[in-house]
Amino acid sequence: MVMGELSQETEVLVIGGGPGGYAAAFRAADLGLEVTLVDTAPRPGGVCLYRGCIPSKTFLHLAELVLDAAAAAGRGIRFGAPRIDPEGLRRWKAQVIEKMAEGLTALARRRNVQLIQGRAEFESSASVLLHDAEIRRLRFRHAVIATGSRPIAPPGVEFRPGGRIMSSTGALALADIPESLLVIGGGYVGLELGMVYAAFGSRVTLVERQERILAGVDGDLARPLFERLRGLFAAMHFRTRVVELVEEEESVRARLSGESGEIEERFSRALVAVGRRPATEGLGLEKTGVERDERGFIRVDARMATAEPRIRAVGDAVGGLMLAHKASAEGKVAAEAIAGKPAQFDARAVPAVVYTDPQVAWCGLTEEEARRLGIEVQVTRFPWRFSGRAVTLGASEGLTKLIVEPGTGRILGLGVCGRHAEGLIAEGVLAVEMGALAEDLAAILHPHPTLSETEGEAAELFFGNAVHLLGKTPSPAR
Amino acid sequence: MIREFKLPDLGEGVHEGEILSVRIAAGQAVREGEILLEVETDKAAVEIPSPFTGTVIEVRVRPGQTVHVGEVLVTVETGEASPEDKPAPAAAAEKSPPEPAAPSAPPGEPRRGPVPASPATRRLARELGVDLSRVPGSGPAGLVTAEDVRAFAARIPSAASPAAAAQPSAAPASPAVEEADALPDFSRWGPVERIPFRSLRRATARRMTLSWSRIPHVTSLEMIDVTRLEAFRKKHKGPVEALGGRLTLTVFALKAAATVLKGHPRINASLDEAAGEIVLKKHYHLGVAVNTEEGLVVPVVRHVDDKSLKEIAVELKGLIERAHARKLTREELQGGTFTLTNAGALGGWSFTPIIHYPQAAILGLGEARLEPVVISEGGRPRLAARLRMPAVLSIDHRLLDGADAVGFLRAFRRMLEDPDELLLSLV
Ligand SMILES: Cc1cc2nc3c(=O)[nH]c(=O)nc-3n(C[C@H](O)[C@H](O)[C@H](O)COP(=O)(O)OP(=O)(O)OC[C@H]3O[C@@H](n4cnc5c(N)ncnc54)[C@H](O)[C@@H]3O)c2cc1C
Repeated sequence: MVMGELSQETEVLVIGGGPGGYAAAFRAADLGLEVTLVDTAPRPGGVCLYRGCIPSKTFLHLAELVLDAAAAAGRGIRFGAPRIDPEGLRRWKAQVIEKMAEGLTALARRRNVQLIQGRAEFESSASVLLHDAEIRRLRFRHAVIATGSRPIAPPGVEFRPGGRIMSSTGALALADIPESLLVIGGGYVGLELGMVYAAFGSRVTLVERQERILAGVDGDLARPLFERLRGLFAAMHFRTRVVELVEEEESVRARLSGESGEIEERFSRALVAVGRRPATEGLGLEKTGVERDERGFIRVDARMATAEPRIRAVGDAVGGLMLAHKASAEGKVAAEAIAGKPAQFDARAVPAVVYTDPQVAWCGLTEEEARRLGIEVQVTRFPWRFSGRAVTLGASEGLTKLIVEPGTGRILGLGVCGRHAEGLIAEGVLAVEMGALAEDLAAILHPHPTLSETEGEAAELFFGNAVHLLGKTPSPAR
Repeated sequence: MIREFKLPDLGEGVHEGEILSVRIAAGQAVREGEILLEVETDKAAVEIPSPFTGTVIEVRVRPGQTVHVGEVLVTVETGEASPEDKPAPAAAAEKSPPEPAAPSAPPGEPRRGPVPASPATRRLARELGVDLSRVPGSGPAGLVTAEDVRAFAARIPSAASPAAAAQPSAAPASPAVEEADALPDFSRWGPVERIPFRSLRRATARRMTLSWSRIPHVTSLEMIDVTRLEAFRKKHKGPVEALGGRLTLTVFALKAAATVLKGHPRINASLDEAAGEIVLKKHYHLGVAVNTEEGLVVPVVRHVDDKSLKEIAVELKGLIERAHARKLTREELQGGTFTLTNAGALGGWSFTPIIHYPQAAILGLGEARLEPVVISEGGRPRLAARLRMPAVLSIDHRLLDGADAVGFLRAFRRMLEDPDELLLSLV
């Protein structure tokens, strides 16, 4: 293929270079297919790399340092007050992103995946037009839509670059450390970024429409995090809506309406984190047979095929858990399906991690989901105050819980709240996917002292007592 | 709420297909995305996944049946309230409850809910076309292991088709096809390219493997002197063209073959192993192999015995054009009783064609070439330049013997060597 040609053909066209798109492109190339990856950005990475997972986790690690240093004061080590340098933080974040972006670009090149910068729009079910690109038109044999999602802006609110009313993208740009920050939305994005700003010195106020944080997560797992945030955030308002949000010269004026009436308050900045919607508009999908649901998510089957046989879709654009690893797994399935392999997205335990401190992680069936669906389960809980390792870390507020099938003892789900939940959850994923029994988890050796012991002990509780906890009879959830 | 699942639009102008296998049965639980049926269109074999999660109420099709886009294939009880019942609660939009697995489900009976099995085992099941919910699990608390899946696939020859498995008497087990060893990494010896193996290519592979592994083939070769026929063809080419046809050697060969077949009924036949009978076909529908860009297709000229050379010439031209344009209908690809494959147009000389299962024989023609031939004139041998064409006939040795092949080829040759005789057959 010669660059600069007006029109090109490709065997597999991938639209969107996020974790879903690049996983699909790389896998397809590894299977011997000829692949072109189009993204509006010059390099692959998508939301996850440039304005999602990677920058947020870069800052969260530093926030944790600050909080740990403060906590150490009560344990015999006193540091001076931290000096936060926004310029230095931004530079470090840029270095992290740069390193990853270079790596991805090299991986694409080594696989002969053609990268094209531009915005793709379908003009039929066999070709796309490219806007702002060197090539005008791409014809394809197969296409994978991986255009991801965008932050939702409430009516009347507009996210301007540099504006005081920010989406997660604006918050991660870290223009300054505002004196006060209003966080709208108690989901994981709002909590993570709220915690970053709080650790860096902002007075953070949280507003949430539901009655608690992390509405989709089991209440007992969210509880320790809630207790922590009570000490960290200036205020939290639940069952409260923002009825007006106006950007002023030096502040943002917000009118909040909740159970205790209306209050008006000014904040230096506001972060709106009320969810994301699929980036499937302006894609020209109406020129194809691709179907969407009421919320704009593309309908796909287990092989990621849309209603249009040559077009597949993956990642945030198809909904479900909007997470990077789910997008990547779907991307690989799409590529393998195109190559004629019997691939299918059949994950039973998609893990999710909230990187606050304490972290919250879960996979497989949750207790509340089981209750809602009427599935009988047995739940065991191992509180971390009985874990030696948790106590040494000063993390004894944590909790590990197992969701077990009553008759067989088969593990259906695992939930963790506490430090390093991000690593602990992997054992749960393996257990659920392999069809392991509580007995298996109880029988294997967990190194001592580690937090992973809490998983073994939660499994022991299924049979009555754990070494470090005399169990009451485990409570059936229904 | 009972939902109907109709044959979806399969794209690329495909309006109908033949049910190859039914993977589910009434009463069975299905999940969204699970494969319900395998349908073959004239373009490819496709697996049709379920758009719903629920319980199969009724399966309205069986293997071998032709279905059209929009036709109801299966009905599924989804457990959702129907819209008129009451406003659907928000939860109804979520996936329906995965039932806890019943570890003691009797073998062969599909069990409900997600089957405990590792991701690698689940992938293996997909590769072997095994419905996991039917595999008895030997692991702890009913866990299905990779060995269980392999054992299940080996026990049931067409594991992919539980419907067939349920009626063991329907067909004798196909000869065991041994699993091939894993391929070496070819790139160790130099650069390689891997391209997908799909659609028509895959369908052809399946058919050829079926035919080659089931039918003991014998191939006979005969040389035919077509010098006179070619002169005759050239003479009449123009008028036929004016009618919109193409008078090729294939047209003569079709007519001659149909005529000869009438005297060799066992060649125009199929072996019905299950019934223990030979099916003699009293109609002469001849397939012609056409090499298209996408692969091999075999459109059928019906009632060749009743048609004139002109009619065949016109019809064949149309079929070939539609084959290249991928416009053939399913009907035009079905019902053949015998097949002709002419490699001559591509410059091929001799080859051993594989029978178009379940027919009993296939006739192959090579390129006619000028050759020095010893002919006898008034009892004196002399050398002459003659146009000669090889004809090969592969037969199903279960139904036919070498003598049948020789007899067919001799009669076929006589007819083509003497156009007058061929024309006489038209009378
Ligand atoms: C603040 C934040 C933190 C997050 N943290 C985590 C986390 O810790 N872990 C986790 O798993 N997930 C996290 N996520 C979610 C994660 O980023 C997404 O799930 C993931 O990026 C989805 O990948 P994707 O491939 O579907 O699309 P995206 O990553 O959204 O990529 C889509 C790409 O397509 C491009 N594009 C869109 N339309 C077109 C077009 N018409 N033509 C060409 N290109 C187009 C976009 O520019 C973009 O580059 C986070 C998200 C946010 C916002």
